[in-house]
Amino acid sequence: MSSETNQILTTDGIPLEVSLKKAERRNKIKAFLLVAPLLLFLLITYVFPIGDMLMRSIDDKMVTEMLPKTFKAMEKWDGKELPEEEVFKAFYLDFRQLVDEKREGKLSTQLNYTKNGFKSIIKKLRRKSKSFEEGNYKEQIMAVHKRWADVEYWKAIKRRAPAITGQKYLKGMDMYKNESGEIVSVAEDRRIHRILWLRTLEIAFFVTLFCFLMAYPIAHLLATLPMKYSNLLMICVLLPFWTSLLVRTASWMILLQQQGVVNDFFVWIGLVADNARPEMMYNKTGTYVAMTQILLPFMVLPLYSVMKTISPSLMRAGKSLGGTPIVAFWKVYFPLTIPGIGAGCLLCFILAIGYYITPALVGGASGTLISNQIAFHMKSTLDWSFASAMGLMLLTGVLAIYWVYNKLVGIDNIKLG
Amino acid sequence: MALPKHTELHYRIWHYFYLAICTAVFFFLVAPLFVIFPLSFNAEEFLSFSDGMKSLDPDAFSLRWYKDMIYGTKNPWGLAAKNSFIIAIFATIGSVLLGTVAALGLSSRHMPYKGIIMAVLISPMIVPLIISGVAIFFFMAKSGLAATHTGIVLAHIILGTPFVVITVTATLSGFDHSVTRAAASLGSNPVNTFMKITLPLILPGVISGGLFAFVTSFDEVVVVLFLAGLENTTIPIQMWTGLREQLSPTILAVATCLIILSTLILVTAELLRRRSERLRGINR
Repeated sequence: MSSETNQILTTDGIPLEVSLKKAERRNKIKAFLLVAPLLLFLLITYVFPIGDMLMRSIDDKMVTEMLPKTFKAMEKWDGKELPEEEVFKAFYLDFRQLVDEKREGKLSTQLNYTKNGFKSIIKKLRRKSKSFEEGNYKEQIMAVHKRWADVEYWKAIKRRAPAITGQKYLKGMDMYKNESGEIVSVAEDRRIHRILWLRTLEIAFFVTLFCFLMAYPIAHLLATLPMKYSNLLMICVLLPFWTSLLVRTASWMILLQQQGVVNDFFVWIGLVADNARPEMMYNKTGTYVAMTQILLPFMVLPLYSVMKTISPSLMRAGKSLGGTPIVAFWKVYFPLTIPGIGAGCLLCFILAIGYYITPALVGGASGTLISNQIAFHMKSTLDWSFASAMGLMLLTGVLAIYWVYNKLVGIDNIKLG
Repeated sequence: MALPKHTELHYRIWHYFYLAICTAVFFFLVAPLFVIFPLSFNAEEFLSFSDGMKSLDPDAFSLRWYKDMIYGTKNPWGLAAKNSFIIAIFATIGSVLLGTVAALGLSSRHMPYKGIIMAVLISPMIVPLIISGVAIFFFMAKSGLAATHTGIVLAHIILGTPFVVITVTATLSGFDHSVTRAAASLGSNPVNTFMKITLPLILPGVISGGLFAFVTSFDEVVVVLFLAGLENTTIPIQMWTGLREQLSPTILAVATCLIILSTLILVTAELLRRRSERLRGINR
């Protein structure tokens, strides 16, 4: 039975298989065309700009473009002894060009990042180089300042030759490349970023834990109560969920300030003396309390939607088979809620790890997170490439959790409200 | 939740303990919102309950902060409210249009690469806002849209579409496709079928997605902080500045208005959700 003779044909004589495939392809294209506008929009305005962040974070073209002749001449230099006259001449020509364009200040700032001490000798070189004579630039440059005769400074210049660098990423982890090219940590008392990363993880972890501990009982109550009560209580969960983040943060600022409602209450019941009101805001405590309350609905909702599907007869069966309520809960009910726990915890953790507004307002100095540092570099120091590098480091972590979440829960199973 | 009569004492105690914990958690969730309400009527300039308020003296309450909010000199709230509403409305329209159309494509069983495309479309909801803010700022700065309403609206469309995509795909998951085929067999063209058959059925999902998009835009502060100039100030920006510089009771008056607005939105969203579940025959 060969397939050619027995092919089923449609009414217009085309083999059915071909016709079906064609229809299938048309449907595929139709479905894709519906998604295309949004996909294209997001790619242009969102996904590619994130790629742009990556480019910015490794971009180090500035010095490369300022000293093109020097780096060309340096290609042959082995980097052990002082370079030849050729390199000095190229450097002089590049430098004259920069002085003409009034860009030598930028060069000195950039080189000073690599090695301290460039600022003053470049200033001096600019003054002296006006009266340089033709020929023997090596002698003339070295005569400007003794550091120009120091091979370490020339090595430092050579290190800036590549157009890309991972230096910003190293800086984000408080590390740097030393003179001999090894990656080492900065001095112990200057490791500010590691502290921030650890604190971000710590706060995200504990906020998730607190949310879980508080959400589990109330999600259980909501899932087991009769509808008319649970609908009413559900509003208590949804109202904060729909209320502006800034409003909720503002209410915590009022509650937690030193003359605030909570402190007033503590004084009134005699827990603390009026003149010894504890500082509950502008520190970690403030961040913990406010973030837990703000993220709690995100934990309650997935737990509730899982618990709602667990039949109460399962617990009854567990008890009737001789389990105490605790055993029945632990062996029957709890394992069934694990998908909800996973979803809620991952969602909370993802949201907490990138939190910005609340820590900035109630966190003070000891309660701020990595996001605040990113915003600081975007707005205050204007070191956008460093902000990009830290943002991408954070993003990598979040995407890893997102991937796990997708495996465990499935991204299309996210439920809202 | 009454306990059966034969319950042993220690389980009885445990049960009441459990109820007490739940009450405490609900209190923790909701109480902070209700602190704002009375304090916004404070006659004095302090942000704690005055003695007069504690004894319910009518003179301790006033509407002065509401008056300040509306008529105050050099008052930023009018412009901020106008901007917030304009931006949120346009961002909602954009998100709903793009998101609904995309959700229709995603729910088709012929959609190729569904998983990865869904992941990209949802990503603005998952990626921390600060990173989205930096990325969107780079784009807007390059295309000259920073500090314009258009730029902020586009940014909020990015952040709002995932919500529309999620709610509309959820509505479409229970959608009976034979009704659209029936319409087609009766001679209706695809656009007509969509307007007359599909849209009315998925409308609750579309509207609740739109509400999410509206609230997202109306509350959004991180991205706007990067993008907005003085002319584009919004309510969240004004609140942010106010909370950072000095907590004035005027902010509480604004916050009270926002709580009332969110209550209205919550009620609408809940009613829609129930209607949608009834229509799709999901009994809870």
